[in-house]
Amino acid sequence: MTATQDIKPLNRQEMAARLAHDIPEGWYVNLGLGLPTLIPDYIPAGREVVFHSENGVLGMGPVPPKDAVDTWLVNATKQNITLVPGASLFHHADSFGMIRGGHLDLCVLGAYEVAENGDIANWATNENDAIPAVGGAMDLSAGSKRLWVLMEHTTKDGGSRIVTRCSYPLTAAGVVKRVYTNLAVLDVAADGFVVLDMAPGLSFESLQARTEAKLHRPSR
Amino acid sequence: MIDKRVANVTEALAGVKDGSVVLLGGFGVVGQPQELLEGLIATSARDLTIVSNNAGFGSPALPKLFATGRVAKLLCSFPRPTPPAFEELYRAGKIKLELVPQGTIAERIRAAACGIPAFYTPTSVGTRLGEGKETREFEGRLYVMERALHADVALIQAWRADRWGNLTFRGTGRNFNPVMAMAATLTIVQTRHMVELGELEPESVHTPGIFVNRVVQIDSADPPPA
Repeated sequence: MTATQDIKPLNRQEMAARLAHDIPEGWYVNLGLGLPTLIPDYIPAGREVVFHSENGVLGMGPVPPKDAVDTWLVNATKQNITLVPGASLFHHADSFGMIRGGHLDLCVLGAYEVAENGDIANWATNENDAIPAVGGAMDLSAGSKRLWVLMEHTTKDGGSRIVTRCSYPLTAAGVVKRVYTNLAVLDVAADGFVVLDMAPGLSFESLQARTEAKLHRPSR
Repeated sequence: MIDKRVANVTEALAGVKDGSVVLLGGFGVVGQPQELLEGLIATSARDLTIVSNNAGFGSPALPKLFATGRVAKLLCSFPRPTPPAFEELYRAGKIKLELVPQGTIAERIRAAACGIPAFYTPTSVGTRLGEGKETREFEGRLYVMERALHADVALIQAWRADRWGNLTFRGTGRNFNPVMAMAATLTIVQTRHMVELGELEPESVHTPGIFVNRVVQIDSADPPPA
């Protein structure tokens, strides 16, 4: 991969902020592990967005100060959380009913790969040695009204995570609606990836050069 | 007089048989009944199947149960981080792992509780975890069939309970506990607080006592900060 001194890829915080900007008031949102957990910090003050945690929370608030921790409250990563006024607690079957029943407006997950047909691979690699773990990823992917992915555009070796077909085991088929990366915002349309936005200094051609799947301009 | 209270953990776990399928409440350690697990370890029951969202990382008691070699299988959605006690048995082929999506675990348990033998879910369609399962199309979308998950025993952690077995849970300690309590032949509860009949507001009961067989009051510790 060529040097990137000509462009300014978004850092992790900027990626989370870019996605948070697009979440409208009133949405119920589940955030997956990793990068997506940064998103709540960037929801503009006064915009009411309700965060869901798979283990039975609507109205998840920020991490508590160390002297005010209720250890009976954890998120999907098992970190202590707070509840906002208006929050509710419920059991796992109800929580995954919300997920699978399409009640959540949005789920944001990290991923290894997203394909132009909307396939997502985020739960297992092809290395067979690891003890497999899936958690709620397949339920969230298959069930949410809208699935957005927040991830780096390329691997550490420069390989594209935006692909024609996933090479890793699928989490769900044909479900991703939009991808936010450090280089671009891409919609997954019927005929593939459509570029909605690019990092400062990046041209369509240089984005395509860093992307394995074919990209389309929005004004076709 | 209906009185489901028992005096101690030994009485609570009495009669758990070899080969039992045991539903274990908790998400990580929050809502996981440590003292009932210790009680299960103290029985001689073996060839157990444990149903738990996690494999016991950070749990005081679950890795100890694995280390006894008396668990034949773990049905689980997220066995990471993996405690060494489980990893060693898994690598040696001495324990089976059935990996099931988290929502499918919850719904299989709920189905068993509610008299539903099987159901169709969109979760896992087109993935490794859906391979070999019966699929059916409804209104243009594919679903896999999942079967109810019946159990012999459920180990539950409640916050408050009365002698009829009515329960409330604290915080996110609720998680799998209410559905697991509904699905087992023998539902055993440890509660932090035992209250008089009538003290729990009927509107606030999370698990009605009909699902509960035994309740033991334990001054258990709060989950550690995380």
